[in-house]
Amino acid sequence: MRLGPDGRRRLTFVGTFAIALILAITPFPKWAEAFRPDWVGLVLIYWCLAVPERVSVGTGWLLGMLQDVLYGSLLGSNALAKTLVAYLAVRLHLQIRMFPRWQQAAAVFALLTVNQLLVLWIRGTIGQEPETFSYWTPSVVGGLLWPWLFVILRDLRRRGSIA
Amino acid sequence: MINIFGRSIRAPSSLTRLIFLAAISVSLMMLDHRGHHLEKIRAGLNVLAYPIQLVAAAPAYVGGAVADFFTTRGTLRADNEKLLAERQMLLAKLQQFDALEAENERLRRMLGSAAQIADKAVAADLVEVSAEPFTRKVVVAKGSQDGVYLGQPVIDANGIMGQVTQVAFNVSRVTLITDAGHAIPVLDNRSGLRALVFGTGDQDTVKIPYLTANADVKEGDLLVSSGMGGTFPPGYPVAQVSKIVNDPNESFLAITAIPAAHLNHGKQVLLIWPGHLAKDGGRAK
Repeated sequence: MRLGPDGRRRLTFVGTFAIALILAITPFPKWAEAFRPDWVGLVLIYWCLAVPERVSVGTGWLLGMLQDVLYGSLLGSNALAKTLVAYLAVRLHLQIRMFPRWQQAAAVFALLTVNQLLVLWIRGTIGQEPETFSYWTPSVVGGLLWPWLFVILRDLRRRGSIA
Repeated sequence: MINIFGRSIRAPSSLTRLIFLAAISVSLMMLDHRGHHLEKIRAGLNVLAYPIQLVAAAPAYVGGAVADFFTTRGTLRADNEKLLAERQMLLAKLQQFDALEAENERLRRMLGSAAQIADKAVAADLVEVSAEPFTRKVVVAKGSQDGVYLGQPVIDANGIMGQVTQVAFNVSRVTLITDAGHAIPVLDNRSGLRALVFGTGDQDTVKIPYLTANADVKEGDLLVSSGMGGTFPPGYPVAQVSKIVNDPNESFLAITAIPAAHLNHGKQVLLIWPGHLAKDGGRAK
C-alpha cells in the first residue's frame, strides 16, 4: 500500500503518539517503575519544537485527556499539565532549537519538571500527593534520554517528510 | 487566518487557546472531583482506551506464556507437591473451621445478631497495565456487566487489597490500600484498638497516623478491617505493624505497617459482595 505525503505525515504523528501512550502504561518490573520517563511528554515536546504550526496546545490537551483516561487519574489533570508544556515548548521553540544538545536536554528536563510540578499540585489539592522523592526521577530520566530520542524522532520526521 | 462558513477570521493565538483549554481542564477536574458527574463520560472514553490497554498488556501476556512454555517438568512436579501439601494443611484447618463457624453462628443466634461471615467472591483477572506513576491502582477484567459496583472491596488470599473506584462496562479500576488517597478503618487484632490505615503511595508500606504515645499498639500486631464505614466487611487482615517511632517532638506516633495482601504478585484478585452468600455455599466444603 502506498501512502501519499499527507497520509505518511498523519501516520507518523499518530504512530509516535500511540507508541508513547502504550509505553506509558506497559507494565515494567517493580524496581523499574520509578525510572519510567514521561514518554508522552517527551514526544509532545519534540513535535512542538519541530513543527509548532502543526502540533501545539490542542494536541497537548488531547494527549493529556487520553492519558487521564488510561491512568484513571482526575479527568483534566494531565490535560492541563500537557497543555501548559505544549504552550511553553511552542513559545520557546526558536531558542531551544538553537541550543546545543546537552542544553536542549536541560530545557526538556525543565519542561518535564513543570509538568510534574503541576500534576503534584493538583494531586496535593485533592489530598493524594505521593510522599517519595523518587517522584522526580522520571523527569531526570526524560532529560537524559532526550539526545537519543531526538535523533530517533528526527529520523522519523524526515522519513515522514514533515517539514 | 482560518475560514469558517465562508468568512475569514483570525486564528486564535496560542495564548488564547491555552487559556481556553486550561479553563476546560479545570472545570472538568472540579466536576470529576466534586460530584462524580463524569462517570458516564469516563466509562465511554474507557471503551476507546481499551485497545491501547490491550496492546500495552500484550508483552506481559506473551512473556507469561513463554515462561509457562519453558517451565520444566521438575518445576511442575515440585509445584504440584507443594500445592498438595498446602491443600492437606488447608483441608485440615477447614475441618475445624466448619465446627467453629457453626459454633459462632450458634453464639450469634444467642446474641440475636445476624452478622454473616461468608461473603460471595468472584475471581477477576488483572489487566496488566500501569496506573499513573506513583499512584497504586490496578485494572481488573470485570465491569458493570458482571455486577461490579463502586466501593466494592477487593481481596486476595492473604488480605484486603483495596476497593473499586471506577467501573466501566468490561473493566474496572481498583485503588489499592497503598495509594496515597486511600484510608481504611481497622482494629488491632491483639488489643482491639481502633485506627485508620492510610496509603503512602509507596509500593509496600502503609502508615497509621493519629495514634498518641499511650496507644496500645506493638510491632508485629495484625490489623484487621473493622467494618466501620460500611465499605469493607469486618475481620479481614489488612496489614502488620512493622515499625513504631516515638519522636517526643511530634504529637503522634509514626507507625508504618506492611500490607497483608500481596499487592504486587499474582494475576488474579477476588471481588467480594459482602453479606451475599454464594449459591453454592460460598466456598468448597
